[in-house]
Amino acid sequence: MANEKKEWPLWEVFIRAKNGLSHRHAGSVHAPDADIALRHARDTYTRRMEGVSIWVIRSSDIAASDPADAGPIFEPAESKVYRHPTFYVVPDHIKHI
Amino acid sequence: MYTTEMSKNPTQLGPSAAEPPELIEAFEARVANDEFIEPKDWMPEAYRKTLIRQISQHAHSEIVGMLPEGNWITRAPSLRRKAVLLAKVQDEGGHGLYLYSAAETLGTSRDDMIDALHSGKAKYSTIFNYPTLNWADIGAIGWLVDGAAIMNQVPLQRTSYGPYARAMVRVCKEESFHQRQGFEIMMQMAAGTPEQKAMAQDAMDRWWWPALMMFGPPDENSPNTAQSVRWRIKRETNDELRQKFVDVTVPQAQAIGLTVPDPDLKWDEARGHYDYGAIDWDEFWAVVKGEGPVAKERMKARTEAWEKGAWVREAAMAHAAKQAARRQKEAANG
Repeated sequence: MANEKKEWPLWEVFIRAKNGLSHRHAGSVHAPDADIALRHARDTYTRRMEGVSIWVIRSSDIAASDPADAGPIFEPAESKVYRHPTFYVVPDHIKHI
Repeated sequence: MYTTEMSKNPTQLGPSAAEPPELIEAFEARVANDEFIEPKDWMPEAYRKTLIRQISQHAHSEIVGMLPEGNWITRAPSLRRKAVLLAKVQDEGGHGLYLYSAAETLGTSRDDMIDALHSGKAKYSTIFNYPTLNWADIGAIGWLVDGAAIMNQVPLQRTSYGPYARAMVRVCKEESFHQRQGFEIMMQMAAGTPEQKAMAQDAMDRWWWPALMMFGPPDENSPNTAQSVRWRIKRETNDELRQKFVDVTVPQAQAIGLTVPDPDLKWDEARGHYDYGAIDWDEFWAVVKGEGPVAKERMKARTEAWEKGAWVREAAMAHAAKQAARRQKEAANG
């Protein structure tokens, strides 16, 4: 064990501020397992009633898109303005649409 | 709680020749446009290194900052003060953790940062190398040291690196309780018996100048300030922040009948600011180099806590491995 990396794995923390809202990324903690990750997340990120529910997930289990590919990934949406209601011209006297 | 730019001979910052000019240009344009840079975005190596140094120093300062105050938890004068101080010290630990996490997104590891602190390679704020001699020091630290820290940290909520900015938003929200509880201690002591008032004044006398030094060396001796401001790693210079701190703090001292220990302090009508006396920068550099009155004691307490906790960290890892193996076996048999 001596030369092995001893650091506890990293976990990402998501907190639901109150019921009705989604869990939102708050930060990360190091912990040996999920139980302790939850406890550390509570102590680190909810000292002032910031949440009613916590999710933790090992950082290494998250797959993320590469910012360098942001162009090809998100450009198709950019050119499809007809997906937005403001693309369509409706005369002023037409109501409730 | 921290000071910027603590390495005595900082390496000159600037883009490296090996980096593609079109990437550098796009990066500079984004930063100039006040966009946030996120962990996986391309960034110049010098930007990454500067941030790792600044954020990890900031984290170390929060962690070491628990020591001078932790000393007084068992000796707080009332249960109320004890509960408040416990909460404050716990917050400082939390701030250190937010910041270590932010630094880790830049590719450094927690173990490497802790090693750098314990080996003396990494610096932390000079302010924590001064001793806390009596209860009034806890008031002075909250009011002056956390007050100076807030002055430094508020503009960093808009710093260009996203994870650092987000950590700062959280820190700033929590920090103003720290300053107010400190001011309350000082206010109460200043209105107390002559002995209590003398203690408050004595603490003010000892902490005023170190608090001013927390903003770092004067702008003309801070070679990387211009680059850091351009990269939006810093939003205001050391001297600008120091002046702001003096301007807001002097009237607070006057309001509770304490004297700022600076014979040269006077309001400058034309500038619209307080003029203040010369700062002893030799003392500052001596403290940066680890010659503060209690520097050795701080690092000893810190490394001892780390080493004594090693068995807990190892046992928790062993337990997690055993549990995982058991689950795997059960899954295989089931």
